[in-house]
Amino acid sequence: MKREDGRKPDEIRPITMKAGVVPNANGSALVSFGNTTAIAAVYGPKILHPRRIQLPDKAFLKTVYNMVPFSTKERCRPGPSRRSKEICLVTRQALEPAVFAEEFPKAGIEVYIDVIEANAGTRTVGINAASIALADAGVPMKGLVTSVAAGKIGNEYMLDLAGKEEEETACDLPIAYMPEQDKITLLQMDGDLTAQDAKKVMELAVKGCKLLYKKQREALENRWIPKVKK
Amino acid sequence: MVEVKTEEKEAKKEEGKEPAAVPEKGEDTGQQPAAGLLKNDRDFVIPGDKLVETIDYLPGKNCFREGDSIIAKKIGLVSVNGRVVSVIPLNEVYVAKAGDMVIGEITEIQSNGWVVNIDATVEAYMPLSGVREFIDTNKTELSRYYATGDVIYAKISMANHSTVHVSMDDSRARKFRSGRIIKFNPAKVPRLIGKQGSMISLIKGKTGCRISVGQNGVVWLEGENEDLAISAINLVKDESYIEGLTDRVSELLDKAAPAAKAEPSKPAESKPDKNKPAEKEEKV
Repeated sequence: MKREDGRKPDEIRPITMKAGVVPNANGSALVSFGNTTAIAAVYGPKILHPRRIQLPDKAFLKTVYNMVPFSTKERCRPGPSRRSKEICLVTRQALEPAVFAEEFPKAGIEVYIDVIEANAGTRTVGINAASIALADAGVPMKGLVTSVAAGKIGNEYMLDLAGKEEEETACDLPIAYMPEQDKITLLQMDGDLTAQDAKKVMELAVKGCKLLYKKQREALENRWIPKVKK
Repeated sequence: MVEVKTEEKEAKKEEGKEPAAVPEKGEDTGQQPAAGLLKNDRDFVIPGDKLVETIDYLPGKNCFREGDSIIAKKIGLVSVNGRVVSVIPLNEVYVAKAGDMVIGEITEIQSNGWVVNIDATVEAYMPLSGVREFIDTNKTELSRYYATGDVIYAKISMANHSTVHVSMDDSRARKFRSGRIIKFNPAKVPRLIGKQGSMISLIKGKTGCRISVGQNGVVWLEGENEDLAISAINLVKDESYIEGLTDRVSELLDKAAPAAKAEPSKPAESKPDKNKPAEKEEKV
């Protein structure tokens, strides 16, 4: 079965990853899969306000996911929505296991993810960008976090659903995965799958994540190696 | 274990023999890391990269141990020092350490002390005991000593867990009344100071500026050639990990200001310490 944009079933849309795009942030990254683009900026660890959300034993990872009004075909209403709140939460939960937050008690690590172009898979693109930005900011981490969605259309397992595929699929299953640790930090499932299918889809997504990891490394190397070596 | 040590030493000797072999990306050079090590000295690593897979090495700064292996926590360059493997960070925020000299701004006055923003992960507090003078809080306003907005050069007297105290009880501590403040990358402060304070005294000597460097990455400077000093500091910031930095800074300063003071303004007087940033400031 051919895909809408002629990709192979286990192929991700064209990937761009770039670190260090926001000069004022401690760390930042731009990631795009095809027509989905997100910019992540990390500030901190720094003094956290309001004081009541400070944690006595570790840093608070504050993630803000936002879709800018011009990101979709129809203008989308600015400000937080039910959907964006959920994505903030899952992004935080996907990144938290990777960060050594206990090194900065009471502090806050702020991760701002702005989706400037949305066409399916914004949360996965956002997590990829946030992970590069955190590493770029010099936040101590166990390893990078990669993320991609997979699903099943007809009898085929497909990676990185986009466009119409999202409607056709029986299930959309985004995961976040730490390749160095071989751990899954986010697993959502939207739809129905048999246990066997879910396993297959997850395996496919993990395979995609390993490829993304290489791209993330490249992005960080391109940013820092010219500064380090002549 | 003894074997490992000797092998490593040999590897170091070899490296020493050919100074031309500036370590590049690990994959590009045919250089084999010493036994047990997965990375060469000065290799670029990202968080999660395995540095060592045997138990023969110890994790240093910015690394952690998982099972037998040592893994990098931050982006940086590998540094192997004997049996200790660590990562020199390329970017980081300042984490307060007792004994550091920092530059901070008074943000709040409380009943018996000041709150100071030192650009760290938490706010710092300066209790009355941190000031040399005796202050009777019933009779005098604390703002007569330090008001909000004042910028001070202070010592971190205590830093535990999440509480940071600063104090002015140090010969180098003072309040800045004029001059300029610029922000620098805290990870690169050791480069700006240089070995035995060589870099900062070079900039001071050639520009005639008075400069104080806080370990928190805040730099205060005052003098006629402020702009020149800032461009030199920015050069350190941008090219701090490329070899021959001192020469380039010196070149920049000579080129930009042939008119600037030719006679070095006695850098011998300063007695800097690598850990403790700027030397005693000459009284204005």
